[in-house]
Amino acid sequence: MSTRPPTFEQPHSFPGKLIIVEGIDGSGKSTQLLLLQKWLEAKGFNVFFTEWNSSELVRETTRRAKKNKTLTPTTFSLLHATDFASRLYHEILPPLKAGMVVLADRYVYTAFARDGVRGVSRAWVRKLYNFAIRPDLAFYYKVPIDVAIDRLVGGTRAQLKYYEAGMDMGLSLDLSESFRLFQSRILTEYDKIVPEYDLLVMDATKDIETQQSEMRQLVSKALEQYRPKRGTHGKRTSMFWRRFAVPQPE
Amino acid sequence: MENGHRCFGDGLPYLNLNDLKGKLIAVEGTDGVGRSTHIELLQEWLEVQGYGVVTTGWTRSTLMSKTIEAAKEGNILDRWSFSLLYATDFADRLEHQIIPALRSGFIVLADRYVYTAFARDWVRSGDRQWIRDAFGFALVPDLICYLRIDVDTLALRVIESKGMNYWESGMDLKLGADLFDSFKKYQSLLIEEFDKMAEEFGFEVIDARKSPEEIQDMLRAKIQPVLAHARHSGTPRSEPPPEQSTST
Repeated sequence: MSTRPPTFEQPHSFPGKLIIVEGIDGSGKSTQLLLLQKWLEAKGFNVFFTEWNSSELVRETTRRAKKNKTLTPTTFSLLHATDFASRLYHEILPPLKAGMVVLADRYVYTAFARDGVRGVSRAWVRKLYNFAIRPDLAFYYKVPIDVAIDRLVGGTRAQLKYYEAGMDMGLSLDLSESFRLFQSRILTEYDKIVPEYDLLVMDATKDIETQQSEMRQLVSKALEQYRPKRGTHGKRTSMFWRRFAVPQPE
Repeated sequence: MENGHRCFGDGLPYLNLNDLKGKLIAVEGTDGVGRSTHIELLQEWLEVQGYGVVTTGWTRSTLMSKTIEAAKEGNILDRWSFSLLYATDFADRLEHQIIPALRSGFIVLADRYVYTAFARDWVRSGDRQWIRDAFGFALVPDLICYLRIDVDTLALRVIESKGMNYWESGMDLKLGADLFDSFKKYQSLLIEEFDKMAEEFGFEVIDARKSPEEIQDMLRAKIQPVLAHARHSGTPRSEPPPEQSTST
């Protein structure tokens, strides 16, 4: 029963490193993070990857609720906070304490941006997440809305999803028009978040290789003092614990 | 406070809460103190008088009840996931049951309210601020009745009825060697925190060691003045209740 001060207000003191990427859908941030992971692993670092909205604890609930379209801005926000808390405890803290490099595809800033646009109190959502670990490096992949839409429609994810397009906000009955309006608002919200939390802005309209080269330079610099710890060379599992039953799809 | 209800902290900016005609009455108290029995009796009493009543119970939301059950089967919930699961459940009930019912002029009887979450999170963390911030969107009730009991009477009562379970004994906190010791320590901490909150939030304290009849009479005496106000502002009975939970 110890008193814990908010951890998000100060740098963490764990031996590992936490590197995160942010950006709207279609910004190419996941591609960049994947390439960074390949590079770090090739260099012999022990890397752990975690992504937004993927915890076993609430994934099935979120899926079901999204299907039924019963989420309100507040329950949407709280479900994602629960997911984050569970991943922080199971997937982020253990590797950080063990001295690994943790790569996170989206972090609390995604919640600040999306929930802010959905209409919850901006002060409330920031207080909600004040137990998060402050990242060592936070990249924001900035892209104009048209480039993002071209990539999504022309690329692998031709189908826009209901909540990703912000259809719950009633901005437009047309899915792609709603996506454009919603994601534009998120871009505006990110523009406010960038200076608030000193996110590193990356130009996501450049070539993939150019962006990756810039990212690797910044990561190299941030990892100068970091001494990797190597455990086993064998393949590790993707999970550190799993002791609760996962709700099954209906 | 006329018809308007206010939130604890940073509220729900996207909702208009100025037209909530009904009354929100929370019944608090630790596990096994008899809350649900009394809420059933209160509902009957209110309906006989012609009031529309909606009851809402902790972890009873359509969104979260199954998820919480599944999570409780394991035992490695961290403090934040633990509290956030309950906050999500509460928010779902607040927006889909409580607020619509209040808007239609119903009396809402809440079996447990945010104070339960405050007490449980404090016992697990020693921190009062974060959980209060997290529940900033919750409506402040018109009346909070706190069924107060001492831990020795409670322990006997729980053993005589349904028995002690893992979570009600706070076994995740490893406070005692066995279920009984753990139950007593955990519930003592909760009662201690409820007592502090009784002053902080102005609970109406009711002695839960008395007979059920006496407790019910005391509850009714506390609730009656709140109703007089509701009657005054008009309590229609015409509209059907929104998504009523099974009372517990």
